[in-house]
Amino acid sequence: MIPVSLYMLLGALLFSIGILGVLIRRDAIVIFMCIELMLSAVGLTLVSASRYYNGLDGVIVAFLGMTVAAAEAAIGLAIFVLLHRTYKGIKVDEINLLKG
Amino acid sequence: MILQWIVFILSALFAIFSALMMITRKNPIHSALFLIGNFLSVAVLYILLGRQFIAIAQVMIYAGAIMMLIVFTIMLISVEELKKVSLLRFGAGGVIGLVMTVLLFGFLASSVAVRTLPGLKGGFPLERIQELGPFKVIGGLLMTKYLLPFELASVVLLIGIIGAVILAKKER
Repeated sequence: MIPVSLYMLLGALLFSIGILGVLIRRDAIVIFMCIELMLSAVGLTLVSASRYYNGLDGVIVAFLGMTVAAAEAAIGLAIFVLLHRTYKGIKVDEINLLKG
Repeated sequence: MILQWIVFILSALFAIFSALMMITRKNPIHSALFLIGNFLSVAVLYILLGRQFIAIAQVMIYAGAIMMLIVFTIMLISVEELKKVSLLRFGAGGVIGLVMTVLLFGFLASSVAVRTLPGLKGGFPLERIQELGPFKVIGGLLMTKYLLPFELASVVLLIGIIGAVILAKKER
């Protein structure tokens, strides 16, 4: 059997790549996709932990996380459409009304 | 056995490759397509782990529903305007971000790359799940032990729908 720590290492690597994407990208939609990548990596870690511990709780937590990701996608994309109406193109650097 | 290793290595490499391609492409549509590839290879890994339900949910919810929404939004917000300015921010901030990311990966990896994790084992090894039926046992858990989180998830989805409608509605 493939050791579970390899799956967890892959989950950690995908999570780190997602954080790197959040840090180096400028447009908000790609940052949003990087957050989805990080959520999916956490799901992979949870499911591999459920395989290691012979339980199904991790699967259910990953599934509930997916429903939260779906609701987040609906609201986040509505916010992006609104921002695009105001700013014509969404760069996170230009959205600085709260900067003071 | 050897086949499992081949499938694992191929899908893990494809997951890493598509994640790296996703954060470096200039066109957001290409990023979205690489992200779909990443979700599909993670679904293959779920099947290798013997968790068929979450693999199907991954393909349906992530690769199907969420990515379809994202691609729709990218097409609504025209891509040409996004391409004018430089999309990546390298320089001092990028270097600091890279260093912090490598440190974070080292921290995460050192905590999971062990042979035995602490804690007790549960009561569902792979043979028992196959005997009970993998979908039946998850449905049973969702209806008994995890009934409250399951109902709360439906409330979260309802609030998400209402919030999206209120936000996207044009002001009169």
